[in-house]
Amino acid sequence: MRKKPALWGLHASPPGLLKYVLAALPFLVVVLVYLIASDLRHDVNHADKLLPGFGQMLDSLKDLALVPDQRTGKILLLADTLASLKRLLIGVVLASVFGLFLGVNMGLLPGFRALQLSFVTFFSMIPPLAILPILFISFGVGELAKIVLIFIGVFPVIARDIYLASTQVPREQVVKALTLGATQLGVIYRVVLPQILPRLLDTVRLALGPAWLFLIASEAIAATNGLGYRIFLVRRYLAMDIILPYVLWITFIGFSMDWLLRRYMRWRYPWYERGGN
Amino acid sequence: MTDTLASKYQLVIQDVHKSYGEKKVLEDIDLTVRSGEFCTVVGPSGCGKSTLLRLILGQEDVSSGFIYIDGKPVGLPSTDRGIVYQRYSLFPHLSVLDNVILGQTLRIAPWSARSKRKAFVDEAMVYLERMRLAEHSHKLPSELSGGMQQRVAIAQALIAKPKILMMDEPFGALDPETREEMQIFILELWDASRFTVFFVTHDLEEALFLGSRIFVLSQFYTDQRGNGQQIRRGAKIVADHHLPKTPLSAETKRAPHFLDLMESIRRDGFNPAHLQHVDDFNLRHPDSFRTLSPGEGDSQSDRMPQLWDKSQ
Repeated sequence: MRKKPALWGLHASPPGLLKYVLAALPFLVVVLVYLIASDLRHDVNHADKLLPGFGQMLDSLKDLALVPDQRTGKILLLADTLASLKRLLIGVVLASVFGLFLGVNMGLLPGFRALQLSFVTFFSMIPPLAILPILFISFGVGELAKIVLIFIGVFPVIARDIYLASTQVPREQVVKALTLGATQLGVIYRVVLPQILPRLLDTVRLALGPAWLFLIASEAIAATNGLGYRIFLVRRYLAMDIILPYVLWITFIGFSMDWLLRRYMRWRYPWYERGGN
Repeated sequence: MTDTLASKYQLVIQDVHKSYGEKKVLEDIDLTVRSGEFCTVVGPSGCGKSTLLRLILGQEDVSSGFIYIDGKPVGLPSTDRGIVYQRYSLFPHLSVLDNVILGQTLRIAPWSARSKRKAFVDEAMVYLERMRLAEHSHKLPSELSGGMQQRVAIAQALIAKPKILMMDEPFGALDPETREEMQIFILELWDASRFTVFFVTHDLEEALFLGSRIFVLSQFYTDQRGNGQQIRRGAKIVADHHLPKTPLSAETKRAPHFLDLMESIRRDGFNPAHLQHVDDFNLRHPDSFRTLSPGEGDSQSDRMPQLWDKSQ
């Protein structure tokens, strides 16, 4: 039999080590290109702020992550992270709970679907950032407006996805549960809902990206702390040595959340595979 | 008539029609089933066997006619009719054991389910042992073979003690060997406790082997309305046989009388070129009954006014 190619073509099966090398390669290329560009700029102007070197970034990060702020006495990176995470988590959890209940009821109750589906579909088309001014006017510039923005941005997507998932539960299962003595509410909340939970986590994983977008947008406009606030604050001083580490930090947090959710799903719902039954 | 029928039979179906828009699927179905009977329904594909099952189950509504179980008109799906489907019978997120006790837990409030669990598990294990599945009780359905999954589904349905166990092609997705094992298995169960079974299959051999009574449902027949293509006919019961239960063995399938009956049913029910007249259907089973509407059957009722509506 012909040996399978390691890299090229439809039949390629890269060996273990090569897979890791391939995965690392794009990262290395980006870092390398950045370093070269940074070096070139520093050759011309050693005080260049646009593409700071890694040493510069580490120094600034140390100030933010280890030394308490002179004015507030808080460690800024930690304070920003906690403030942002609080907003993000409250918004996403509320959106998940509401989205789950709305979606599963729309999926299984034709009357409720008739009442809600067009409205939710319409609502989901409103660009959340376009109503950000409305939110700030009506809920003030405190925490509430930011959480509401995340909620409004994420909740229709979750509700619609859960609705789709609930309609895909085979009719046979509903009938079967009824013949086993389930009440109508029992079918929804004790038979279908537990099966939908992993799908909810999957949807939340996808919705975390937009959630961060809404969080940072709202922090950029009106806030006194938070990761997005800091980035937009130091932008005035062209402080790329702070902005870049912050962006990487946000990316890292997002990536970790995704990873944790995936891990949790695999452990808690071993029967679940996306799209499978 | 219905009153007497209802007291004598567990399942009574009378004048049932089912159509989807212009398409007639079932036309004037009449049948009665005694308690403890293993009745099989067989017919060519598309004849509406599964539709008939869903009507009895309450999953769909009749277009007209009546279905009674123990004298009461059937409603939405409930515990008096259990069901085993070909697929989707099990809940993929629950272990085998949890699938089997699901019926009991769903009947009580979620907060009291925990304290009762022990008793439920004990009862479920008795069933799982009968199904020879005790050692698999903690696996997920997806970890079981097709035959084992269907055995769990049977346990899940039986433990809820339905008046009638409905089965819709339950062994249709199994390989021939497992299928035969399951046939013998369900017959053993039935022999031991004689619950009423309503078993739908497209496999004539299976229907003859399992049933104590067989209904042949077919759209290939003719009547007073003639033979033209323009006549839309729904399926009817074209034969109704009592099947003697011989000692349990797969050998039965090769006995001469078994093969003869199979041949005759294949001709009467499955051959689109062989159109039997409604008056000639073999409905000699003692429990068989039929009411024909005008234009369908014997020439006498033909003289009745055309607008005569027997549902009134």
